Amino acid sequence: MSKIEVAQPPRLAVRNISKRFQAVQANDRIGFEVAPGQIHALLGENGAGKSTIVKIIYGILQPDEGEILWNGRLVRIDSPRAARALGIGMVFQHFSLFEAMTVAENIALGLNQSGGMKALSRRIAELSASYGLALDPDRDIHTLSVGERQRVEIVRCLLQDPRLLIMDEPTSVLTPQETRQLFETLRRLAAEGCSILYISHKLYELQELCQHATILRGGRVVGSCDPAKESAQSMAQLMIGGVPATASRQRNEAVGAPRLVVSGLNLPADQPFGVTLKDVGFTLAAGEILGIAGVSGNGQDELMAALSGERLLPDASRIQFDGQPVGKLDFEQRRAQGLYAVPEKRDGCTAVLGMSLAANTLLSARGGMALSKHGLLRKSKAMAFARRIIDAYGVKADGPQAAAGTLSGGNLQKFVVGRDILQNPKALIIAQPTWGVDAGAAAAIHQALFDLARRGAGIVVISQDLDELLALSDRLMVIHLGRLTPPMPTSDVSAEAIGLLMGGAADAKGQTHAA
Amino acid sequence: MRLEIEPRRSVSPVLFYATPLLAVVLTVASGYVLFLALGLDPSRTLYHFLVAPLLTGFGLAELCLKAGPLVLIATGLALGFRANVWNIGAEGQLIAGAICSGGVALAFWNESGWWILPLMTLAGALGGMAYAAIPAFLKTRFDVNEILSSLMLTYIATLILSILVFGPWRDPDGLNFPESRLFSESAQLPLLIEGTRLHPGILVALGAALLAWILSARTMTGFRLDVSGQAPEAARFAGFSRNHTIWMTLLAGGGLAGLAGCFEIAGPIGQLLPQISPGYGFTAIIVAFLGRLHPLGIIAAGFLVALSYNGGEIAQVQDQLPAAAVGVFQGMLLFYLLACDFLSRFHIRLRRAPASAEKRS
Amino acid sequence: MIATSIAMAVIAAATPLLFAAIGELVAERAGVLNLGVEGMMLIGAVTSFAVTVTSGSWILGIIAGALAGSVMALLFAVLTLSLMANQVGTGLALTLFGIGLSSLLGRSFVGIPLPGLPRLDIPGLSDLPGIGPLLFGQDILVYLSVALAALVAWVLKRTRMGLMLRAAGESARSAHSLGLPVIGIRYGATLFGGAAAGLGGAFLALAYTPMWAENMTAGRGWIAIALVVFGSWRPWRVLAGAYLFGGVSILQMHAQGVADLPPQLFAMLPYAATIIVLTVISAGPWKARLNAPADLGKPFHPSL
Repeated sequence: MSKIEVAQPPRLAVRNISKRFQAVQANDRIGFEVAPGQIHALLGENGAGKSTIVKIIYGILQPDEGEILWNGRLVRIDSPRAARALGIGMVFQHFSLFEAMTVAENIALGLNQSGGMKALSRRIAELSASYGLALDPDRDIHTLSVGERQRVEIVRCLLQDPRLLIMDEPTSVLTPQETRQLFETLRRLAAEGCSILYISHKLYELQELCQHATILRGGRVVGSCDPAKESAQSMAQLMIGGVPATASRQRNEAVGAPRLVVSGLNLPADQPFGVTLKDVGFTLAAGEILGIAGVSGNGQDELMAALSGERLLPDASRIQFDGQPVGKLDFEQRRAQGLYAVPEKRDGCTAVLGMSLAANTLLSARGGMALSKHGLLRKSKAMAFARRIIDAYGVKADGPQAAAGTLSGGNLQKFVVGRDILQNPKALIIAQPTWGVDAGAAAAIHQALFDLARRGAGIVVISQDLDELLALSDRLMVIHLGRLTPPMPTSDVSAEAIGLLMGGAADAKGQTHAA
Repeated sequence: MRLEIEPRRSVSPVLFYATPLLAVVLTVASGYVLFLALGLDPSRTLYHFLVAPLLTGFGLAELCLKAGPLVLIATGLALGFRANVWNIGAEGQLIAGAICSGGVALAFWNESGWWILPLMTLAGALGGMAYAAIPAFLKTRFDVNEILSSLMLTYIATLILSILVFGPWRDPDGLNFPESRLFSESAQLPLLIEGTRLHPGILVALGAALLAWILSARTMTGFRLDVSGQAPEAARFAGFSRNHTIWMTLLAGGGLAGLAGCFEIAGPIGQLLPQISPGYGFTAIIVAFLGRLHPLGIIAAGFLVALSYNGGEIAQVQDQLPAAAVGVFQGMLLFYLLACDFLSRFHIRLRRAPASAEKRS
Repeated sequence: MIATSIAMAVIAAATPLLFAAIGELVAERAGVLNLGVEGMMLIGAVTSFAVTVTSGSWILGIIAGALAGSVMALLFAVLTLSLMANQVGTGLALTLFGIGLSSLLGRSFVGIPLPGLPRLDIPGLSDLPGIGPLLFGQDILVYLSVALAALVAWVLKRTRMGLMLRAAGESARSAHSLGLPVIGIRYGATLFGGAAAGLGGAFLALAYTPMWAENMTAGRGWIAIALVVFGSWRPWRVLAGAYLFGGVSILQMHAQGVADLPPQLFAMLPYAATIIVLTVISAGPWKARLNAPADLGKPFHPSL
């Protein structure tokens, strides 16, 4: 029937796709169509089922039910190899790259036929030149920046002349400038007839880039629209299923006394692909929220390790907390002083997934909440504290005995952050507080941080999400290649300027000054 | 239809403790086949293997005698295994403990006194700890893999013992056999039950397991070991130093293995010989796994594996079962256990493939 | 020609280590840490010996040794790759099981002598003084071991198969999302490791001693694992390490006759050397270990 109405069948049609993982219905009868040359957005919150449906399209997962039509023909995509043979390429959110291999080797691994390495290197050079995506085929991946790594993934797809390119949250790791460059590349590809399936939860990006959007919520399609004609507000409501929650704050006018003083902090990398911290210094005042922006892999992990006590410093006085040197204290000893830290990684770092929530309170609250005495565990106190966190932050869990691994990412993050905030830290260092968290949980976490700051705590937020930092922080710093810029009042800076600094503008300026 | 495997979101506790039983059943079934293949009467051999050792009082005492060192060593090893510290050189630490306590016994061979045995016990435990301190030091200071270092040290310990009993510690009145003097009365453990060889070592082993149970279930130390094993980064987040954990678990494992070595030579053997253990240090690894690294489980597993030693001996005499069959039996047990683990960690189910796509492609 | 005979002895002592270590290297580069090398070597040794004695053909014996090693490796692979068992625990189990099973299988072969493997004999070349016997007077397994090291080096560096194997060891998750058959690759690498360990055992039983004795590998499987670390996962360095350790074990044998010290003291040398070498390698800056496969020993399941 459709043949009569439309001359050209859709490049991709997905019909009634369902996929279940044990208790979770990740996809529930999902259907949409992507026209040739169309930039089509898949919009949805974390956990809406976007990643699952694209993994099915790329052949990594098999659907329980439903069908996929490619150029009007029913196909079965049982592996990424089969997807590539059809002309489907995918750029992953968490890149599928191999650190210890060269660009050319990485690309060869993602091609069905790679031919000889020499010929491949030549093709890489040609293609990257023609799209303005500079890449050296012989470089090792671990020497590349995040933006360059994404280029490797894109070039890998382009080499197979794809008819559909799937981009999974491609801008979450890019600076605004890099994002703009990416959009140009995508527009050009679309103009050449390649369809693009663009996954995001950033509304303004869709309005700028996409011609059509399919909106997912809870594994179902809840709407579709032309993003340019729709208001961000209405799309957000569809995506979230209600009015988006926002956190609010009364700014502290008077900044308090210095709490945390970092000065002249130099720390060599301790891992093969690590970053060296160079002359890092800042002062965090009581009641202040200090944001640290940067593209991932520029020393954020190393800075967190130094501030939290994961790595001890040779010179303790480089980090002073309330006037005391703390650089040689571990996590727990710093917590005893009132300095708390929540690293980015939940799975296996701030939470042990195989243990109950009650047991997980012992990780960071055994001192602050007196959950042990003379080396003995006080299990009922731990239980009560876990319940308190659950109640205070609306954590969805089957009580304090539920294993941490049974919670969704957002709920676990609320638990982890709540666990430390309820102990009333004097200062809190937190990385990526809302990474992989839905909008409701993100608003709750932001509100908790605002409230903590109002009670007089100093907070450092390290994040790649510039929007989040602009909303949260009083002052902003940017980290690039292990160096921190001086703090700037958030009210005085633009996203554009911060983006330039994230790309290393401060270093370039510094060099011209020096020259 | 296809078989689909999905990880469980949390380990099923019922299956976790039931699978060792399944492994035992599968091992016995395989033993039946093995005995058949060896040309034996399988029911008769299995009877000798599994039932006969339990029928006499002497047999039960012998069972306790063998279970003692296994439980003692496995209890110590399990503390390390829980924390991902892989001390597999308990055999070497056992020998080191035996050498040290044997040295005490030989130094006072013509003296008597109540203090000799406690001194030997102390020397045994300290010897095992000192020997385990080597891999601990190498691991914490230079990041040397403790599996390889502790295992290499086992070969070295065997050779040191051999040097001693072939050389300086050889019995001067012993017709040049490679063995030491017999220990004096004061250097030998008293018997728990007259007419058997059972000494108080089994009580110490049970006590150690009980203490380890309290440690695991009730204390911060036990929590610390579990976190270190399940999530090393979380251990650091909690402020548990990795080096501290490595030292603690290796010293505990070494100390208990050394104690077991002391009890062997001060108990049933009564002197130093080139070989003083039928591989207790290695078999204890099986015991620890079979017991789910849980002290109570280890007690049960220790007795079960001890049964395989004693039953093996009876079957050797009665059915000419080759001695090596015991090792095969124990190895099989561990394999089946590891395989059955799968059930407690994964869901397995049959699933219909997507019908529409299947038919048309 | 004492130098030549010492060199011959070093090569002979190094060959079983080289086989086992190259096999383990391949498994580890694919991300599989198989600590059952000792057990696989023993099973390879006893099988090759039994088949050679029974059939009279050492060729069949060698093939049987390799097959037996890979059957053991298959057991390991099924447990760790399909049933997701802990690799360390399963490797230990494989060794304990191999020790028991090999002595059970070998009990009627203890004390039977074999003539050893025939050596290559090219008139003229093999009789050259000095290097003649070294280059042209070895048995087939010695040549095979070196050829295997060269082959592995070439495959890892130059072929797509090698690239895929390294990818599976570097990041199983990435490899999977690109559609590489991670589990299949790991199965293949593990079986290869088992076959190579079996060949190492076959060399011990058929050429080195040549006889069967319980536990005759005496820790060589473990030393081979250490050699992979020593060679920082590179085939040619592993080969050099194997010959170095061959040298150490010949040194200890010769020293036993010379000095007036207990022979056991010298017998400790290879074990002590292993610990020392591991310490030196591990203590070095992390750059030396950059080559370790990033996903070594980490379990991978497509649905996890």
